[in-house]
Amino acid sequence: MKTQSRQRFASITGVALVGTLALSACGSDNNAATTPGATKGAANAADCATGTLNGEGSSAQKNAIEQAITDFQATCSGATINYNPTGSGAGIKQFIAGQVDFAGSDSALKDKPAAGATSIEQADADKTCGSPAWNLPMVTGPIAVAFNVKGLDKLILTPAVTAKIFNGAITTWNDAAIAAINPGVTLPAEAIKVFFRSDESGTTDNFTKYLHAAAPADWTADPGKKWTGKGEGKEKSAGVANAVKSTPGGITYAEWSYAKDNKLGIAQIDNGAGPVELTGEAVGKALNAATQTGEGNNLKLKLDYATKEAGAYPILLVTYEIVCSKAKDPAKAPLVKAFLKSFAAADEQSKLQTIGYAPLPSAVQSKVASAIEALS
Amino acid sequence: MPSITGVSAVDELPKPEGRGPFLTDRVSAGTGRLGDRIFGGTAKGAGLLVIAIVTLIAGFLMSQALPALAKDKVNFLTSTQWNVDGTPLQFGIANLLWVTVLSSVIAMLVAIPFGVGVALFITQYAPGWLSRTAATLVDLLAAVPSIVYGLWGLQVFGPHMSGIQDFLVRYLGWFPLFTSSGIGAASTILTVGVVLSIMVLPIITALSREVFAQTPVANKDAALALGATRWEMIRTAVLPFGKPGVISASMLGLGRALGETVAVMIILSALADGSAWSWSMFNGGETFASKIANNAAEFDSPQKAGAFLAAGLVLFLLTFVVNSIARVVINRSKAFSE
Repeated sequence: MKTQSRQRFASITGVALVGTLALSACGSDNNAATTPGATKGAANAADCATGTLNGEGSSAQKNAIEQAITDFQATCSGATINYNPTGSGAGIKQFIAGQVDFAGSDSALKDKPAAGATSIEQADADKTCGSPAWNLPMVTGPIAVAFNVKGLDKLILTPAVTAKIFNGAITTWNDAAIAAINPGVTLPAEAIKVFFRSDESGTTDNFTKYLHAAAPADWTADPGKKWTGKGEGKEKSAGVANAVKSTPGGITYAEWSYAKDNKLGIAQIDNGAGPVELTGEAVGKALNAATQTGEGNNLKLKLDYATKEAGAYPILLVTYEIVCSKAKDPAKAPLVKAFLKSFAAADEQSKLQTIGYAPLPSAVQSKVASAIEALS
Repeated sequence: MPSITGVSAVDELPKPEGRGPFLTDRVSAGTGRLGDRIFGGTAKGAGLLVIAIVTLIAGFLMSQALPALAKDKVNFLTSTQWNVDGTPLQFGIANLLWVTVLSSVIAMLVAIPFGVGVALFITQYAPGWLSRTAATLVDLLAAVPSIVYGLWGLQVFGPHMSGIQDFLVRYLGWFPLFTSSGIGAASTILTVGVVLSIMVLPIITALSREVFAQTPVANKDAALALGATRWEMIRTAVLPFGKPGVISASMLGLGRALGETVAVMIILSALADGSAWSWSMFNGGETFASKIANNAAEFDSPQKAGAFLAAGLVLFLLTFVVNSIARVVINRSKAFSE
């Protein structure tokens, strides 16, 4: 009996304690956020603000945003940014529910209702914000067509051949179609083992969008987050990259960094204007060819996957940060602004290239910068 | 053995399922003391809480799954399609069910003989110091996180399965279970089954060990006195006594194998849409749990979440049915062994 009552007492104090902590956490949070630090005129021109921001969403931009957070927090003490890479869908959901300050997503908020739902993402987000929610392109992630064939380090692929490989129409490496676009290269008589993402992913979505747009005759399936071609499914980018690494004759599509980290061969893509190697610059050129579909500062981009521009690498995904144009909690506005500004800055963007992303081309970057300025 | 009434230990033996029917128990039960009432109430409350939680989980699964099931345009049980993004909504669990059941059956076929063998060795054959060490080591297997089993299975253990796979495909390839499917040997249902068997081994071993250790010394001595060898003694005294316990242990293990998520997700290759149906254990696929876990981050509409939770509901029911069958088997075998 004694033990029990003591236990009950302990649990009551426990609850009370947690309650106090939660309250005090809220309190201090607000206080901190209402005191923006040196807003202008710091030596390194970095605007700072204090407080805590919580973001959630796309795992494709995880490494990039972590780098940006580290750099931002190093310059601005007193700022804490948390990012939880749970996936684009989860991020948007949390943003609409008002649980996070910003969402990261591989695709911009949709203007049409999703299948089976009556709600429209953009409208829901606007409602949560009480102001238009803006999609700001922030990180460009090139998708590499990565392969593992012994003795082969240079491979050129056209959209049609890529589509045929990934839908199972071409099954061996020495197929005439591959040989024809790779003159002077000896291809082995090995079977092609295709690996795809078994989880639903923005990478798959953008890769199939590319195949569908650039090789409509060979890739007839509708693009989507779920794989519609052939092959063996592996979990996440790490899974497919690792599978190709351990499987001779393997090929997959994965974010650039995973292909580089696993030392896989990366195919050059020939969209019709000659083979293009995957570089940050080549990706920037393709992004410049994109058109804006959102209004004003809502920078939704529509990529031109079939672009024939010389030197443009066309397979890429753009990840957005989704924010309220008028912060729900005005106290947090300076921090949102400061963080995004440092994220979009030219030196931060070029730094991202070393970890497998491509910097935003200057034209897009200046648009993003002016949109960030307009946040309040 | 407290024998206040002069009853000897031979007359009343503890049963393997725990509660010993000693007379003294009955005497002290229900004395109406405060401590008894509190303990009794707490125990009853805990029991009711478990039932309430299970019921609520079932209710949650039902409420989420039924709207999606109502819109399903194909047969939920026999279809292999899984289109939950657009309309029409088409999803069926045939593939998931087969892969889940096959991998768990393989795991059980490997783990039960092994687990019982290890338990017999520890309790009946090994010298004291070795049995303690061996028991601790086997229990340690349970402490390894499943993601470690997954990575180990895929990168270290899996590639070694290619020998077995090649052999079976070459000589038994005519049998549907052993047809070749072109999936890498490290990522087949067979590999998953074997890794799962290692994961459930500690559960089966630990419980079987406890049961075997409770075999009445009198029974064992009697068997030996009648001239039985050590193995004959085990067969006639230890195994019949421990059978219900072994079955219970296997069911717990099976529950773990059916519901294992991360290890399966890492090892097993998923199949592309529209792949031909195959009975082969060298095929890839997804289990209920691995499919749900793999896609949980992208549940962006209620109908999609509903479709996946409908699959979860089937797993829930499957486990329920398996456990009910086990109950029946245990009760029956108890009738025979007494």
